[in-house]
Amino acid sequence: MTVTSDTKVAVLPEVAGGDWTRRLGRSAEAILIPAFAIVASALIFSIFLLLLNQSPVEFFSLLWRGGFGTSFSWQNSLVRASPLIFTGLCVAVPARLGMVIIGGEGALVLGGFVAATIAIPFIGWGSPFVVMPLMAAAAIATGAVWIGFVGVLRHYRGVNETIASLLLYYIAVAIMNFFVEGVLRDPSDPNKPSTPQIGDANMVGNIPGIDVHWGLVAGIVLAIAIWLLMNRTKFGFAARITGGNVRAARAQGLPVGRLIVTSCAIAGACAGFAGYFEVAAIQGRANASLAAGYGFTGILVAFLAKQNPLAVIPVSIFLGGIAAAGGLVERRMGLPDATVQVLQGLMFVVLLVSDTLYGRFAIFRGKAGSR
Amino acid sequence: MYKLNVSRRTLLKGGALGALGLASGVLPGRMALADDKLTIGIIYVGSRQDYGYNQAHAVAAAALKAIPGVNVTEQENVPETIAVSKAMESMIELDGATLVFPTSFGYYPFMVDEAKKYGDIQFRHCGGLWTDKDPKNAGSYYAYLDQGHYVNGVAAGLSTKSNKIGFVAAKPIGTVLLNINSFALGLKKTNPNAAVQVIFTGDWSLPVREAEATNALVDAGCDVITCHVDSPKVVIQTAESRGALTCGHNASQAELAPKGFITGAEYKWVTLYKKFAGIIQSGGTLPNFERGGYDLDYVQNTPYGAGATDAAKKAGDEAKAFITAKNAIFVGPLKDNTGKEVIPAGTSHAPYDPWTEQTNFLIEGVQGSIT
Repeated sequence: MTVTSDTKVAVLPEVAGGDWTRRLGRSAEAILIPAFAIVASALIFSIFLLLLNQSPVEFFSLLWRGGFGTSFSWQNSLVRASPLIFTGLCVAVPARLGMVIIGGEGALVLGGFVAATIAIPFIGWGSPFVVMPLMAAAAIATGAVWIGFVGVLRHYRGVNETIASLLLYYIAVAIMNFFVEGVLRDPSDPNKPSTPQIGDANMVGNIPGIDVHWGLVAGIVLAIAIWLLMNRTKFGFAARITGGNVRAARAQGLPVGRLIVTSCAIAGACAGFAGYFEVAAIQGRANASLAAGYGFTGILVAFLAKQNPLAVIPVSIFLGGIAAAGGLVERRMGLPDATVQVLQGLMFVVLLVSDTLYGRFAIFRGKAGSR
Repeated sequence: MYKLNVSRRTLLKGGALGALGLASGVLPGRMALADDKLTIGIIYVGSRQDYGYNQAHAVAAAALKAIPGVNVTEQENVPETIAVSKAMESMIELDGATLVFPTSFGYYPFMVDEAKKYGDIQFRHCGGLWTDKDPKNAGSYYAYLDQGHYVNGVAAGLSTKSNKIGFVAAKPIGTVLLNINSFALGLKKTNPNAAVQVIFTGDWSLPVREAEATNALVDAGCDVITCHVDSPKVVIQTAESRGALTCGHNASQAELAPKGFITGAEYKWVTLYKKFAGIIQSGGTLPNFERGGYDLDYVQNTPYGAGATDAAKKAGDEAKAFITAKNAIFVGPLKDNTGKEVIPAGTSHAPYDPWTEQTNFLIEGVQGSIT
């Protein structure tokens, strides 16, 4: 049938003013409902504290002071936020395609390990201008391959990506331990198996003026770049369609397999980059301390940020602040260090439950009502 | 159209709660610790109640708190990453600590960085790593726990019936091998027919493997079990449940083995901590490198338990007096368990001899391999 100007086409009724109020309502929802979840979990946690005979007021004021109350606290929070931005992105990117990948920790560990290892032949004489990019590239590539493999398993073999990524985390840690305790072990440190120190010349320095390394800036830039990728490019659009409805995407002819694997590779690259900064800015070498749980906290970051790469930045700073304040709270109130983790876990559960609140309130639905 | 219906009553209630919330944040509360007191910060890598390495320090910290004019701020479960750097900084900046004890071995590089940053704060690390090249406001302290293991061996020799002793060890490094050898020498002194069998678990804290090793040793006929792991809790409890006698390590595990406990090699950090606190309070300079054993009361033996025979108790006390007088237990000729001579005839190594810290062998009679 040829289409001419006479062809009758179904015309949908125009809804006056419906668009922007609905969009405003949705944005308001996306901010207010997680904020409500945080407040609700704080209230529940206060009850928990009262049962322990502790003062919630003191807890939260110490949390504030230790996280954001002094300039020292701010810097502490930012340093702890830095790896969380990367690992949050590692969960957020595949989540747009409907995949839940929780193995960012494995990509971080392996990425950091490869970065530290590749620097070994250059220690002492290599120019940092060569060694540092080489380390970063190696870490990024390793992470990309590791989580990309999860994507491959998911698309070509139907393996559940959550389980696959988690199991690969255990494998990654085992691989690192095998080499770090064996062939690559630095003999000058008998008590803690590590790769050799990469040397001060190859370490990432601090942003001038504050006690936070450049990884924070790299993370912020990366988050913005990924947001642009997912929301302003063809690739991102295709990825989101795949996430929304795989069959529709396939029917459209989108290369679903390639999209899945590439998104996973991007996610892994983010986590691997985090591993690079852990080695190059903090540890200076690879050892068991690389597996510090940043990858798993990244899951909470991504979910709190509703998988939005830009939102990952403030959420990481928020969680970094809680972690930074945890020590102060523990010392002053005599609470065990797990207390802060209870708070984080509670936030996560309340957040998941709050997911049911979307679309329920008339105030957010805009002029169009139930549309 | 949705209308916000807030009655005056609700507004006043909400306003009052909000103001209260703000006020509580602004109130001083328990923010700063008293200025005129000496504030000491102590950081643990594990739980303070681990019946092991960390508990030994925590017991001393508790005693420090009783000293007038001394404040102690503690933080536990701090991993060997930037978390410990930030914990130290937080103690200095927010708690006003002027003396910091990062107690885990792997904290050393982080402590050195902090010492360079905070030149007027004193840092002392538990281990033996400080050298002249490190900052002068940093230092090391250690105690010769191997002396306690010698007394363990002496007492075990007169308590065993099967003449087989099991030793669950973490890693084949200097301090651990020294403890095993000292134990074996004490055993040989009172019971030349008994032998020590060593199983290395591979890491400082691997509860499952420690339990397996203990069971394996008891199955092989050992009726006395001892260990060198961070937290001997699992080893002692497993041995007790199998009916074996036990010797302790690090802290007191006597209450875990009411039927079979002989004695234990325990740190007595309270002596050293009180000494250091006293030096600072009187305005003196802390030593950079402090070590000691029974002679300085840095090491003690857990009071004898039900598993020790009277002969064992008498011999144990004699052995303790022998070492307190700085007599040598490492006396040549002595071979290792591969047949190589490690101490020629006529040579002996008394306590404080640096030779003892370079142990890289197991003495003859000990079944086990360091590779």
